[in-house]
Amino acid sequence: MPTMAEEVLAAKAGREVVPGEFISVEPDWCLLHDGGFLAFRYLEEMSAGVARPGRVVVAFDHICPANSPETAGLQDYVREMVGRYGIENFFDCGCGICHQVMAEEFARPGDVIIGGDSHTLTAGALGAFAAGMGASDMAVLLATGEVWLKVPESIKVTVEGEPGAGVFPKDLALSIIAQLGPDGANYRAVEFHGSTVMDMDIPGRMTLCNMAAEMGAKTAMVPPDGRTAAFTGQRGVELTRRSPDRDAEYLEEMAFEPPSSPMVAVPHRVDDARSVEEVEGTEVDQVFIGSCTNGRLEDLEAAEGVIRGREVRARTLVAPASRRVLLEAAEAGLIASLARAGCVILPPGCGPCLGQHQGVLGEGETAFSTSSRNFRGRQGSPEAGIYLGSPATAAATAVEGRIADPRRYL
Amino acid sequence: MRVVGRVLRMGDHVDTDVIIPGRYLRTADPASLATHVFEPLGLDPADLAGRIIVAGRNFGCGSSREQAPLALKSAGVGCIVAESFARIFFRNAINVGLPAVECVRAGSADDGDELLVDLRAGRIENRTRGWVSAFEPYPDFVMEILEAGGLINRYRRGRDG
Repeated sequence: MPTMAEEVLAAKAGREVVPGEFISVEPDWCLLHDGGFLAFRYLEEMSAGVARPGRVVVAFDHICPANSPETAGLQDYVREMVGRYGIENFFDCGCGICHQVMAEEFARPGDVIIGGDSHTLTAGALGAFAAGMGASDMAVLLATGEVWLKVPESIKVTVEGEPGAGVFPKDLALSIIAQLGPDGANYRAVEFHGSTVMDMDIPGRMTLCNMAAEMGAKTAMVPPDGRTAAFTGQRGVELTRRSPDRDAEYLEEMAFEPPSSPMVAVPHRVDDARSVEEVEGTEVDQVFIGSCTNGRLEDLEAAEGVIRGREVRARTLVAPASRRVLLEAAEAGLIASLARAGCVILPPGCGPCLGQHQGVLGEGETAFSTSSRNFRGRQGSPEAGIYLGSPATAAATAVEGRIADPRRYL
Repeated sequence: MRVVGRVLRMGDHVDTDVIIPGRYLRTADPASLATHVFEPLGLDPADLAGRIIVAGRNFGCGSSREQAPLALKSAGVGCIVAESFARIFFRNAINVGLPAVECVRAGSADDGDELLVDLRAGRIENRTRGWVSAFEPYPDFVMEILEAGGLINRYRRGRDG
């Protein structure tokens, strides 16, 4: 019996598929951000057009608004291409991170989504097969409407147990990555199951699937359920059946429990994650709350719950993942509360996650970030250190100016 | 298709942020990318010309930036031999025409050793130490992409031919 990934790919291929075979599929969505200029450049070199412009989504998020004349020029170039090829699903600066826009506006259970970004698998939280690729692959996909894939083997990850106070999906993700390693799921499709996962709201599942990139996964998926239906139903999409067959064949089946404490990944490896008690007290210069990993309304709520009525000691940057998140957070009073506490509110987008703008780290600085990666040099100077954790831990850290256990504030 | 070069040894989990930091991505110009390769590690890009990188597990993990293999290729790296590759990097390397070969035995090569990698035959020869090791050759369509100098060239050739 097929796994979730096999079922979705088989439906697209119009026949049964087996792990290891190469297939060509027409993805439902082709996702690009402002870094997509390279794909469009290649498309021009190929003297090709866009085969299915209605299936292309472009959202500017990486360096938006532009930080230099060069960046502005590249973004103008992409705008020109979007116009030339009739790509109507274009989201300019301020609309949000491409993965967030994809989940809010487009992704459905059973979709195949190919994106020019490694965190494309975030949409797997809705039961889609979503995978990242590079510029050349994206260019050929734009030109032909098709992409070749190797059908991945699947790993079933079952998580059972009630997370304790202060333990969030991010903590669970870091805990799993610490056990599996940064290549523990390389080339594989990861299926998340179990009561802990199914009890999560969609934003939590997005965090989990997003972080599967840091174990090397090609895609990560959660079986669609009522929560998925409610989420996608907001835009009038009916839930199609995409539940895994009970006796599907997996390469491996693994069981996990939520960690007993909030987790923190220490510089410079995502899999070097420890319980917050081990790193508590480490002084930080900057805190970043946002990104495709943890920039959603629920994340801002968790952070604001800790920060409310206090003043932050570390400089604290908050970037909502999308305009919708910004508006909802503003209407709920979260933005005012965070700003009053001294946080810097950034426009919807990637913020400093990529070390390109809006809070680049200097030599010798230490940051605490809710984003996905702490590689050396990721957010600026190679001599800076980045700790990763949940929005609640980030908020407690912001308040104290040193890494702090959020459970004291809950 | 054969590549000869001197070994540059690297460890496990070499990520795309150390290969080419995000702040240098706003260009498609390979020459400009090449000047910043491995900058966070303090390596001199001039030392990469004619090299074959021999690495451990999960080479190229992290971002989908195709500028990573593009920068390495532009700096003169002829081939990367690793115990394993992160999947997007592997695809990107082939797509820009930079051979990426999985081979466990390569771990017994030292910095400066001279290697010959025969891609079609699936054979690595360490000329300095005198050992020969085999790897699974690429499927034909991958070899065609490499021989065309990358996916975009392959597409153009396929359409024109």
